[in-house]
Amino acid sequence: MEPLSNKRKVIEQKPLSFLERAYLPAIFQGLGITIKHFFKKPVTISYPEEKREFSENFRGMHSLKRDENGKERCTACGLCALSCPAEAITMTAAERQPGEEHLYREEKYAAVYEINMLRCIFCGLCEEACPKEAIYLDGDIVPADYLRKDFIYGKDKLVEAPLNQ
Amino acid sequence: MELIFKLALVVVIFLISLLIAMYSTYAERKVAAFLQDRVGPNRAGPWGILQPLADGGKMFLKEEIIPTNANTFLFIVGPSLAIMTACIGSAVIPWGQKLTIGSYVIDLQVADINVGILYIFGVVSLGVYGIMIGGWASNNKYSLLGAIRAASQNISYEIAMGLSIIALLMVTGTLSLRQIAEQQHGFWQNGYFAWNAFKQPLGFLLFLVCAFAETNRSPFDLPECETELVGGYHTEYSSMKLGFYLFAEYINMFISSAVMATLFFGGYNFPFMDMIHSANLVTIIGVVVLFVKIFAFIFFFMWVRWTIPRFRYDQLMDLGWKVLIPLAIANIILTGLWTTFIRG
Amino acid sequence: MNTFYFIAFLSIFFAILVISAKNPVHSILYLVLTFFTFTIHYILLNAQFLAIVNFIVYMGAILVLFLYTLMLMNLNRDSEPVKSNLIKIAAVIGGGCFLVTIVASLKALGASQPVVLQNPNLGLVKNLGKVLFSEYLLPFEISSILLLSATVGAVLLATKESNKQTA
Repeated sequence: MEPLSNKRKVIEQKPLSFLERAYLPAIFQGLGITIKHFFKKPVTISYPEEKREFSENFRGMHSLKRDENGKERCTACGLCALSCPAEAITMTAAERQPGEEHLYREEKYAAVYEINMLRCIFCGLCEEACPKEAIYLDGDIVPADYLRKDFIYGKDKLVEAPLNQ
Repeated sequence: MELIFKLALVVVIFLISLLIAMYSTYAERKVAAFLQDRVGPNRAGPWGILQPLADGGKMFLKEEIIPTNANTFLFIVGPSLAIMTACIGSAVIPWGQKLTIGSYVIDLQVADINVGILYIFGVVSLGVYGIMIGGWASNNKYSLLGAIRAASQNISYEIAMGLSIIALLMVTGTLSLRQIAEQQHGFWQNGYFAWNAFKQPLGFLLFLVCAFAETNRSPFDLPECETELVGGYHTEYSSMKLGFYLFAEYINMFISSAVMATLFFGGYNFPFMDMIHSANLVTIIGVVVLFVKIFAFIFFFMWVRWTIPRFRYDQLMDLGWKVLIPLAIANIILTGLWTTFIRG
Repeated sequence: MNTFYFIAFLSIFFAILVISAKNPVHSILYLVLTFFTFTIHYILLNAQFLAIVNFIVYMGAILVLFLYTLMLMNLNRDSEPVKSNLIKIAAVIGGGCFLVTIVASLKALGASQPVVLQNPNLGLVKNLGKVLFSEYLLPFEISSILLLSATVGAVLLATKESNKQTA
């Protein structure tokens, strides 16, 4: 058949020469390569003690943000839950009572805010949907645990630590 | 008194064999890790040196499973036989010269029989029974295939091993391992290297290859090759019975390293040993030197394992029958010519 | 002497187990034990070389091959052919004749000199080698030629007849 392009390359299989058939030179060559690696520095990062640097746009555990006065930004609008393709987010809204102004920024806030980390796919759509810039996936890797119920993260784990305390 | 010393020596050698086998598992993992730019086990104790204890504990505590259709008695006999044949090989190896404590002279060798090499050979040839019986009794196709491979591989490579030894025996003129070790006194003797590896380079190479095959080490680990046979002959084994098989492999490696060090690398002899005048000091350094040589061989076993891929079965047989045996016979003829015409 | 009787008892005991064991693999393993007791006999007779060769060749190689083939044959009660009574009777008669022949020949030989070992160290490797390569050189070489021809025959059987297939 006529070749369509000139890129075809005929590979010639030469019979092995005596040295190649004797195996030993190749074996010594291989041993040399492996012993070189023996003295190389291991590339291992011992994970819990050392951590590899995350990339700029890494998406890890969620955190619910506070504003500059330390008030929770979330207003429990439900857009994050709506946008979530894995349906991992649930929340219950509540009205801000007088005297709680220093805790919540808007009149409505999330009394319960839960993310099921087993369902979450860390796509970042909640982050994009949030009109209040209240949720970001800027945390660490979600740690392992033994029970399914322990993977449903409530506000205790999600809300940022209060400012100046 | 003699008997007590011998018994103590037997116990000590047995314990050392087990200890070395235990730490060979650790060393294997560490060496593999280093050769692959990794760290290896480092969680149990500093640098992970307690890892073998953890592994041993796990082996003992695991559930022991005997398959319903297995031959129960032989299923238990298999691993026991494997570890027994692995352990008894150490009886004829000279671990050092004579040690004098007060009026007692301790010979650091359990039995100096005048057919020492043949004894080692016999023990090695028995080693395959443990694998075969275990593999057959498991009543599993993979185990049976592993057992069959082990049998044919061991028989084929035993021949080449024997022939390579014959050339060595033509040089040494004795079958006693003690005398062979004594002949390699020092390092430089009468204007030539005293160690047999320099007198029998081809013989040493052949013996080395056969030792790899006899201990079922990579690249000849076909009886347990994971990619084809699941676990080979020990597919059905669990808990300490599996541990016995793994232990037997490492003890075999230790013993064959000791045999190679004794036969070809001067055993307990080391260069400039005549400069030290205290006989006991020479003996103690000699024992240390022998163990250094053994560890070097064990490291070599591991180094090769993590370098060379496994042979295909027909390649294995071709290598054994078409390469090693003719080379060994040629080596015998060359040695014969050399001993008759040149050495006179 | 007591050791001898004990080991002799063990040899016969295991030998009987070889022929009475139902499972062929078991009977091979008993045969291994029988050969092991033979090795001890040789050591008791101060024939170290013979002992160790028996150990290596019979226990280590030949019986491994036996076991090897038996494992491949899948022998069990279902696949074993049923033997008719005629064959059984014929076997008994044949075995009986064999026994009679052996006993008769032993009786005929028994009159001759019992074996007297002139040199008690004859069994050691060095002495045995000297005797084999001087006094008994011809039988030794003839037996090696026998082995060589057997090897050639095995190779001939194993090689494919490529000429006939192509022609």
